Amino acid sequence: MKMLAMDTSTLVMGIAVLHLEEKRVLGELTTNLHKNHSVRLMPALDQLLGDLELNMSDIQALAVSAGPGSYTGIRIGVTTAKTMSWALGLPLYSESSLTVLAMNGLRFDGVVVPLFDARRRRVYSGVYRREGERMVEQIPQQVVEVDLWLEQIAELNQPALFLGDDVVRFEEVIRRRLGEKARFGTAAENIPRASQLGMLCRHKWANHEPPEHADFSPNYLQMTEAEANWIKKQGNGETSHAQKS
Amino acid sequence: MVLGIETSCDETSAAVVKGGTRLLSNVISSQMDVHRKFGGVVPEVASRRHVERITLIMQKALEQAGVSIKDLDAIAVTQGPGLVGALLIGVSAAKALSFATGIPLVGVHHIAGHIYANHLVKPLEFPLVALVVSGGHTELIYMEGHNRYERLGRTRDDAAGEAFDKVARLMNLPYPGGPHIDRLAAQGNPGYDLPRAWLEADSLDFSFSGLKSAVMNLIHNASQRNEAIREADLAASFQEAVLDVLVEKSLRAVKRTGVKRLVLAGGVSANSGLRVRLHQRCAQEQIELLIPPLELCTDNAAMIASAGTYQYLDGNFAELSLNAEPNLSLV
Ligand SMILES: [Zn+2]
Repeated sequence: MKMLAMDTSTLVMGIAVLHLEEKRVLGELTTNLHKNHSVRLMPALDQLLGDLELNMSDIQALAVSAGPGSYTGIRIGVTTAKTMSWALGLPLYSESSLTVLAMNGLRFDGVVVPLFDARRRRVYSGVYRREGERMVEQIPQQVVEVDLWLEQIAELNQPALFLGDDVVRFEEVIRRRLGEKARFGTAAENIPRASQLGMLCRHKWANHEPPEHADFSPNYLQMTEAEANWIKKQGNGETSHAQKS
Repeated sequence: MVLGIETSCDETSAAVVKGGTRLLSNVISSQMDVHRKFGGVVPEVASRRHVERITLIMQKALEQAGVSIKDLDAIAVTQGPGLVGALLIGVSAAKALSFATGIPLVGVHHIAGHIYANHLVKPLEFPLVALVVSGGHTELIYMEGHNRYERLGRTRDDAAGEAFDKVARLMNLPYPGGPHIDRLAAQGNPGYDLPRAWLEADSLDFSFSGLKSAVMNLIHNASQRNEAIREADLAASFQEAVLDVLVEKSLRAVKRTGVKRLVLAGGVSANSGLRVRLHQRCAQEQIELLIPPLELCTDNAAMIASAGTYQYLDGNFAELSLNAEPNLSLV
């Protein structure tokens, strides 16, 4: 059985085909460009499958990155994967894009901290540790102010490997806060790999975990600004009401 | 048999149309309730809802039509114009479906869809002039045949529907404001003096921003003088100012092109004042008038499937690199 995996949650566009029983990566295509995933995803799938001399009818399972990351990017991947799943009756598995990136630090002796810039001095991140051939969350993924986040990581008092192309924007403050404990990924380690996504989802498949449903949605890790503002307004309204009574 | 997909704004819709004219299903999931509390469509909220609903809606459209994916000849999707994030959901879904199944894909212009909503009621006869009025568009289009569009005029600023919504907001009416103004206008008299932008003598373009400013000034001046606004009268005056221009310019377009048919399209087609006025004027001038039923006036995928059918028949297929085009032009 073969699985098609796709990740469009950051600037990196990755697709991979895996052989599930043989636990092998048959092919992988990765780019890291400021270019439109919407335009390039389908032609890239076409190319990779063509190189492997496969058709969509040779694919038996799908995997997609659920986010966090670029809102538009994640939606392109999730919509594409969901539609294929429905059209071909294939099971769809998903995994956090942070977990996918954390896999690049599997061999690191310490904790692994994948990170995407969430703007306004905030990051999407989580702290991961190794469990067998997978990375699992030690501190759950979240969107968090970078200074608060580094406080939490410092408390662990362990070597911490920071992964992702956005890390460089925070390198100085990370070094200042964590000193010797801070380590940084190589250029290759900073790129999430669709093959890692595929292997993580292969694990779910092998464990007979239930696949995603048709109403599956990305995990944005935060509500929209409009909703947050609306809730804030409602909250204020309630307080003033409470004060009156 | 064509599957249509439409996600350009706040409606997630999928539909199956047979032979371009026979509507087999038209599933529309409206987000109106979600956006009402924000007083307008929030793009990010809309995109999130689209991605959640899209697969279920396509599934439902096929179920209701009683067909399966392999019965489809083509997939037609709104390529633009619209909100880019919202459009991308439909485009991504359509491309994935086309790639997975090998069924050809066509990218449809949203306004072409609105015009073809009429085709589902009574087959279009050419040549014709179409007045397309919605929250995003105000255009006069000349069509010589299927897939052949020529623009005669367009708004230079606000769309007519946008003007309705903005004025409704000035009057503190709930979102979406268009229907509220229409309802109030029916109870009032157009006693307030508001401007009509006719532009250059031969122009078939529109402009509604001046009218909106005039309403704003009127409300402002009244509140300065502590005078109450006669709400129904203001609604009637505003609506009449919009309709005067829409109706007269449409008739000018019909006369200038020498056609015998006028087609109304877009969300503002639901405005009862506009329907009545156009009926009267077209009857006077012996022009055949086509107005879609209310459920086909607002955004829906059946109209996209219908328009897409003729692009499919023309062999006008989209590539796998098809992208959402928020400012796509019809001509
Ligand atoms: Zn529309």
